[in-house]
Amino acid sequence: MPFKPNVPPGPLADKWTQYRSTMNLVAPNNKRRIDIIIVGTGLAGASAAATLGELGYNVKVFTFHDSPRRAHSIAAQGGINAAKNYQNDGDSVYRLFYDTIKGGDYRSRESNVHRLAEVSRNIIDQAVAQGVPFARDYGGLLANRSFGGVQVSRTFYARGQTGQQLLLGAYQSLSRQVANGNVQLFNRHEMLDVVMVDGKARGIISRNLLTGELERHAAHCVVLGSGGYGNVFYLSTNAMNSNSSAAWRAVRRGAYMANPCFTQIHPTCIPVSGDYQSKLTLMSESLRNDGRVWVPKKQEDAKAIREGQKTGVDIAEDDRDYYLERRYPAFGNLVPRDVASRAAKTVCDEGLGVAPTGLAVFLDFSSAIERYGKSRAHTQGLNNPSAEKIRELGEQVVSEKYGNLFEMYEKITGENPYKVPMKIYPAVHYTMGGLWVDYNLETNLPGLFAIGEANFSDHGANRLGASALMQGLADGYFVLPYTIGQFLSQEIRTPKIDPDQEAFQEAEKATRERIDTLMSVKGSQSVESFHRRLGKIMWDYCGMSRNADGLRSARQMIRELREEFYRDVFVPGSAQDYNPELEKALRVADFMELGETMVLDALDREESCGGHFREEYQTEEGEALRDDENFAYVSAWEYTGWDEDPKLHKEELVFENVELKTRSYK
Amino acid sequence: MKLTLKIWRQENEKSKGYFETHQLDEVSEHMSFLEMLDVLNEKLIADKKEPVAFEHDCREGICGTCSMVINGHPHGPNAGTTTCQLHMRHFNDGETVVIEPFRAKAFPIVKDLVVNRDSFDRIIQAGGYVSINTGQAQDGNAIPVEKDQSSNAFDAATCIGCGACVAACPNASAMLFVGAKVSHLAMLPQGEVEAERRVQNMVKQMDTEGFGYCSNVTACEAECPKGISVENIARMNREYLSSVFGGSVED
Repeated sequence: MPFKPNVPPGPLADKWTQYRSTMNLVAPNNKRRIDIIIVGTGLAGASAAATLGELGYNVKVFTFHDSPRRAHSIAAQGGINAAKNYQNDGDSVYRLFYDTIKGGDYRSRESNVHRLAEVSRNIIDQAVAQGVPFARDYGGLLANRSFGGVQVSRTFYARGQTGQQLLLGAYQSLSRQVANGNVQLFNRHEMLDVVMVDGKARGIISRNLLTGELERHAAHCVVLGSGGYGNVFYLSTNAMNSNSSAAWRAVRRGAYMANPCFTQIHPTCIPVSGDYQSKLTLMSESLRNDGRVWVPKKQEDAKAIREGQKTGVDIAEDDRDYYLERRYPAFGNLVPRDVASRAAKTVCDEGLGVAPTGLAVFLDFSSAIERYGKSRAHTQGLNNPSAEKIRELGEQVVSEKYGNLFEMYEKITGENPYKVPMKIYPAVHYTMGGLWVDYNLETNLPGLFAIGEANFSDHGANRLGASALMQGLADGYFVLPYTIGQFLSQEIRTPKIDPDQEAFQEAEKATRERIDTLMSVKGSQSVESFHRRLGKIMWDYCGMSRNADGLRSARQMIRELREEFYRDVFVPGSAQDYNPELEKALRVADFMELGETMVLDALDREESCGGHFREEYQTEEGEALRDDENFAYVSAWEYTGWDEDPKLHKEELVFENVELKTRSYK
Repeated sequence: MKLTLKIWRQENEKSKGYFETHQLDEVSEHMSFLEMLDVLNEKLIADKKEPVAFEHDCREGICGTCSMVINGHPHGPNAGTTTCQLHMRHFNDGETVVIEPFRAKAFPIVKDLVVNRDSFDRIIQAGGYVSINTGQAQDGNAIPVEKDQSSNAFDAATCIGCGACVAACPNASAMLFVGAKVSHLAMLPQGEVEAERRVQNMVKQMDTEGFGYCSNVTACEAECPKGISVENIARMNREYLSSVFGGSVED
């Protein structure tokens, strides 16, 4: 099977333009005869389906949701990066490229990232033309803000709902293609297998979630835009139904899984409050602009807070440890996500956590409230304002900036963050790893493509804020619609693929057997309970920090859990009916296999980089210690069998345009 | 706290539904409403019974999937809050909570609390978009849009497509949902070009789907978790009339 990055020749800045101008095309009369299956209707899937439909291909698009608009891209808050340089602050395609490579801790492919930076500009134009109501200045032009890890203002946003507005733009374009018949929409359909015919991806097996019926769908190629796998941890900021099954089923058919251990843990989420907790809620990164992170210096203070005898405001200034400001004076509270998350874990491990679970730190706005209050009092010409007046004015300013987030925090926790410091803790948020793809976004299986969070392509070991939306839309609108032609131009003589041929029958049978196996266990434990236990293992041993011993025992635990799952899980209801428990069971079964691969990948990578922190590989000060000599590669795992070790393939990363440096925020 | 739950159970669209009563003894005030239902379902599964089917996904108030009527209110009693963001601290120990699906002819019941909202998708397909192909766009800053105008368009565009407006309306009208999309696009220069065609096609589809007419009850606005204003309905009516009579009614 081919395993080549297929990066075109030429200087970095010209590669994409040259390649695009010389690649093979499919003529309009042939496009009409070619079928494409797209799985997923998030930013990547919906934008790809709309664009390929516009080009004249026959597109079938699948989502397990009741509507394409529900995909989890909808929940992205902060914004989308683009190298527009509208602020005249020195931004450029190269700078966005460089920031992304560096932010990813030098574990991504230069050529792909540069292309991403190039097309970022077109995305904004496209979204504006669709009617996406981005924030604007008084002159009527587009506004920008800053995000972590960069020194320019290149983030476009639509209040705290940028993902929603961009997804609705893509969904509406998709709806237009559905209306004119170029795209056929299959909602409430879940992909359960990819079908390979003579070494090429030619279709999928899907389950109609309303009727339970298995269906065979054939096409000339298959595109997966099915999102990331953060829910392997059970608790994450992902939507409850986000899952890795489409991608994992592809792996079971021979696709390689790349860098699965690279997961992003976001530092500012609302902490876990009890055993019943179903998901975690993100508090935007922007809060760290004004919030100061701290824990008590003394164990006894932390204990008193945990037991409810004291609150944050009772702790004297001198008894507080603003540990980010102490450890990283240059960046302070605005260190990148991976660094901030690990630091929170460290202080909680020392027994200084401030929630009943011991797992929370304070994010405190009182300094900001006072500072802004004084400033506004000055603006209003108030002489000697009282402390109450300053607080009142300061709270006004903070509310103007973060009002909706404070409101959301209060809705969930019942605490007023203007009066008492917020409690936050890191949570799983995004997965940089994914299906291995070449420059064309094609996996090692010919005819199988992966886009958006489902591939590993652009973020290396750590993703920068506001770059996920950029990548999803870049892949769907501006990259795949071109690169897919490289494959399809060789398929113009291929007649319609027959969904009744043997490979489809075999795949449907295998899927039915898989479902029957789960339905027939009739054990005593719920699917949910297994998912929670898997999540706990992953979080404890393959979460914010990892070590070889822990990873080895985690692998054993996952195997035992898997064995117990197939022996004692209980799936109620029938497979020939609407059955959300069966849907979950299929997903959890796949999460267990993926989880084991993540553990193996983390074990293999004997270095610390980005979101992957191995305790054995750190500096004396506890910072990540990267090993470029031995680990500057993409790990791509090949599934080899139920009880076998997967096989590791390495794509060496070549850096011709940037110099590898240690990231320092001190 | 202890709660008595009266939950609507219905096997499928055709079968007859009924209320089923359950007791929950250990409900934490920190739970979200859906987490409370998770606990109930875990209990039902432990007893080898069928869990209550309900839809949910993001659990942070933005995907629009959750859809139930709690004590007579779509998304429950709190203003500006989706079911998934409603927390149990707003209920009292010993309270009886009645949970039903969204009810409307155009939202047939799938099972228990799950309804089919495909009709909303078909309304958007009828015209809820700007007709632009990928790659045709001019520079994003080529057309300035007045800040307040853009902000008003955003207020309409914030609709999450949950259907609470339909469930709240005595006529099961979808005017707020349709009005929000018509307004969002009509208020922006990019969408204005095809505004007339859009409003006619969307309204026609809305009628085809079997949604009722608007009789100015405005319960839709009161129950909308995103606070979408009925001004959008007025704007849609204006757009519709002007498209039919061929001139701007505003002038």
